[in-house]
Amino acid sequence: MEKTWRNDAYAKVTGQALYTNDLAFPDMLHAVPVYADYVHAIIDQIHIQDAEDLDGVVKVITSQDIPGSNRHGQIEKDYRIFADDKIRYWGDVVALVVARDRKTAIEAAELVKVEATPLPSIHDPEAALKPDAILIHEEHGSNIINTHRIRRGDIEKGFDASDIIIEHKFQTQFVEHAYLEPEAALAVPRADGVIEIHGSMQHPFSTRRFTAALLGMRLSDVEVVGTPMGGGFGGKDDTAAVVCARTALAAKLLGKPVKVNYDREWSIRESYKRHPYRVTYKMGLSSDGLIKAVRCEIIADGGAYCSTTPWVTWRSTVQCCGPYQVDHVHCDTVGVYTNNVFTGAMRGFGSPQMNFVVEQMVELAAEKVGMSAVELRRKNMVQQGSATITGQVLDNHTVSMGEVLNAVIEDIDYDEKLKQCSFGKPEGDELYGIGLAMSYRGMSLGAEGADFCAAIINAQFDGSILLEVGIHENGQGAESAFILALAAELGVNRERIRYRQSSTSSIPDSGTTVASRGTLMGTGAVVRAADEFKKKMSQVVAPSLKCNPEEVHFKDDRLHGGQSDHSISFDRAIRVMYLNRKFPFAFGEFQGPSVTWDEKQGRGKPYFTWVYGCQAIELTVNKQTGRVKLLNAIAAHDVGRVVNPGMLNGQIYGGIAMGSGYALSEEVQLDAGKITNLNLNNYRILRSTDVPEMKAIVIENRDPNSPFGAKGIGEPTNEIMAPAIANAVYRATGKRFFNLPIKIDAQNGS
Amino acid sequence: MKKIIALNVNEIPYELAVEPNRSLADVLRYDLGLTGTKKGCGIGDCGVCTVLMGGKPVFSCLVLAVEAQDHDILTIEGVAKGPELHPIQKAFVEKGAIQCGFCTPGMVLNALALLNKNADPTEHDIRLALSGSLCRCTGYQKIVEAVKTAADMMKRSGIIEEEAE
Ligand code: FES
Ligand code: FES
Repeated sequence: MEKTWRNDAYAKVTGQALYTNDLAFPDMLHAVPVYADYVHAIIDQIHIQDAEDLDGVVKVITSQDIPGSNRHGQIEKDYRIFADDKIRYWGDVVALVVARDRKTAIEAAELVKVEATPLPSIHDPEAALKPDAILIHEEHGSNIINTHRIRRGDIEKGFDASDIIIEHKFQTQFVEHAYLEPEAALAVPRADGVIEIHGSMQHPFSTRRFTAALLGMRLSDVEVVGTPMGGGFGGKDDTAAVVCARTALAAKLLGKPVKVNYDREWSIRESYKRHPYRVTYKMGLSSDGLIKAVRCEIIADGGAYCSTTPWVTWRSTVQCCGPYQVDHVHCDTVGVYTNNVFTGAMRGFGSPQMNFVVEQMVELAAEKVGMSAVELRRKNMVQQGSATITGQVLDNHTVSMGEVLNAVIEDIDYDEKLKQCSFGKPEGDELYGIGLAMSYRGMSLGAEGADFCAAIINAQFDGSILLEVGIHENGQGAESAFILALAAELGVNRERIRYRQSSTSSIPDSGTTVASRGTLMGTGAVVRAADEFKKKMSQVVAPSLKCNPEEVHFKDDRLHGGQSDHSISFDRAIRVMYLNRKFPFAFGEFQGPSVTWDEKQGRGKPYFTWVYGCQAIELTVNKQTGRVKLLNAIAAHDVGRVVNPGMLNGQIYGGIAMGSGYALSEEVQLDAGKITNLNLNNYRILRSTDVPEMKAIVIENRDPNSPFGAKGIGEPTNEIMAPAIANAVYRATGKRFFNLPIKIDAQNGS
Repeated sequence: MKKIIALNVNEIPYELAVEPNRSLADVLRYDLGLTGTKKGCGIGDCGVCTVLMGGKPVFSCLVLAVEAQDHDILTIEGVAKGPELHPIQKAFVEKGAIQCGFCTPGMVLNALALLNKNADPTEHDIRLALSGSLCRCTGYQKIVEAVKTAADMMKRSGIIEEEAE
């Protein structure tokens, strides 16, 4: 396979790629959202007259105008697409102003007045758990969104048998996805009665579902069309879909194309974030460094709405001991409603928080035990055939935890560099440190949801091929990966394959592009469709190749007979198919292997396969300023099988950068529920001058659970940089940091 | 009150009536249909709106259209002359420096401004030249590599001398 290739590279590098906000239709209207300056309040009245009277305003839409259902939510329908009864967080939208131009709509939005009776608000998840706390959702009966637990072995026995016990509390922050393209949507009422949506969102199928429900239409009446998207990272699910739904409502009510294009401030105000966690973690070990017991309490701030909190916290629970075998585990997790901005999916999905905890805990433990942290990791990590803390035996794929760890240690010369660490006592001003962290990660959705995916291969008379997969392109290069996978399967040049612009009306719902499942599930479906396709072709051409259909093989754009040297070009074979009135068309579907989960004990086989990764970082901390300079990062990941090498490294590097920002600079700041850093000047993501030099080591152990052998990389690469940096900062300064982002005081480096 | 202004964008002269407070970014995108220039923050912090004004990178969201008169404006649409990509664009494609692509136009223009004045940039020069443009997808590594490669390609083909004149 070639080094790097993307089907959309030319369009993107020339500025020709049209993102949602680049599109325009004749007679198009513009709409903007209206917020109310409350964080918790009963809505008494929404005054829209002044806004509607403004010249150029076409309509102000509120909950009064909804033909279908106003309630939305992937798990719990607790979110109102237009706030009707209460304001529950500062980003609730009370109305949508539609005008002939955007400027007028913005002006009119200022004229919408919300009369409301403020309620006491809760911003601390622990306060929300108090029995007398005011309820965010009265009908829910409590502020607890969900709980999860693990009960393994006998926790008391485990601690009794421990020689060393350590306990620490950790805290993480709200994190913004900061995709560079803010939310945008364009809805067009079509001549056939369908509402067509172009939008910057991650999941066309759920967008269609929410939109149809809001509009009171059927799924077939709404079509969501694939549009280039400027980044998602898990963040363009709920909010982005709702933006599309509101836009579609306006288009439906007014019978005209309507566009909504978010300012960054609206995007940060309204969109969900990564969950802040509070974790209390107690670990018991034998004197020779064997982890005996872990007790762990996790409190996740879900903010005002449920969103995916139960799923995010489920992953945290399942992976609460990192990649280590522990016989006695007691974990209690709770997701909590507050009046903060709501939280949901973000790259990592509950693992970055836990890895920050676990990968520091093992180092703290190693120090107590008096052994090297790497040795302690090796001693406890999962191996081929190990049982995880939920009782899953890892025997259906290659367990490569040790392999990735070794790769990183050797490449960065870890042992040698450990000796050079400053521990707060340098000659000069720059304190040097190195750190690493590792993880394993359950692939795809696991017991969170049904995992299946469809692909369609449709070859044309001239031998060109249209491919479509039910997985959405989020900018990560999914389409290109599928094209390359199909080319490999059919033994043809990729140039004959074109990815068909995806649409919810042309392929079955294949779930969200989340959980790094795109590559695994999508290539799985491609392989299944290719099998079907090859079978069809083989049947037709076998007689002319003087062999049985099973013997036909596909190579170098030709179909070859078994032992015979007969062969026929792919083009000709396709023509023969058409002449025989056999469509060279195939549908393939891939079902994720089964998973099991017992919620009461926290036991089962939560994921059908796992990936393994390790990352290390070298850095310096300036004693005077407290500034951290990242020097050099190395990442090793077992990806199963590489589909598109250049793109793969790119995802790894992107994950390192985002993980570094998580460690050092990123934090959505709230003042009593109101976000104070609403734009990129004070929500700081790393720049080209902030990131380390990076290197990726890719390990391929083809996974038998994945038809193409490939797993995923999007999230594993983003979930361990923060603890690696925390460990490196410790070796530089001699100080542990238990909270994210890491804030090092100027002077003394402490 | 709208004002009639003359703009020279990608070597094409335009005459338009614009509000005095309208940004260059909005005029490029919505009046001229040059949507390769993106908007991500509106306050000069993300760089996706970067264009070259008189050869220098500017955040077009912070420049008023009226201020852009009398300067040659280059947007991403004008970087390739014809269907053949500019070496910088080629390097971005070949090095896999593009993911979601939203930062790409700004990155390419920053790189172009750099290489036009410095044919032999160090890695530090490159990172500095790109530091006004955010990228959330790539970690910058491949973008930096692409700019290095482009510098080599341009030196070999003599493009740099030519354009520096
Ligand atoms: S839009 Fe101009 S710098 Fe962000
Ligand atoms: S490629 Fe997505 S922001 Fe740079």
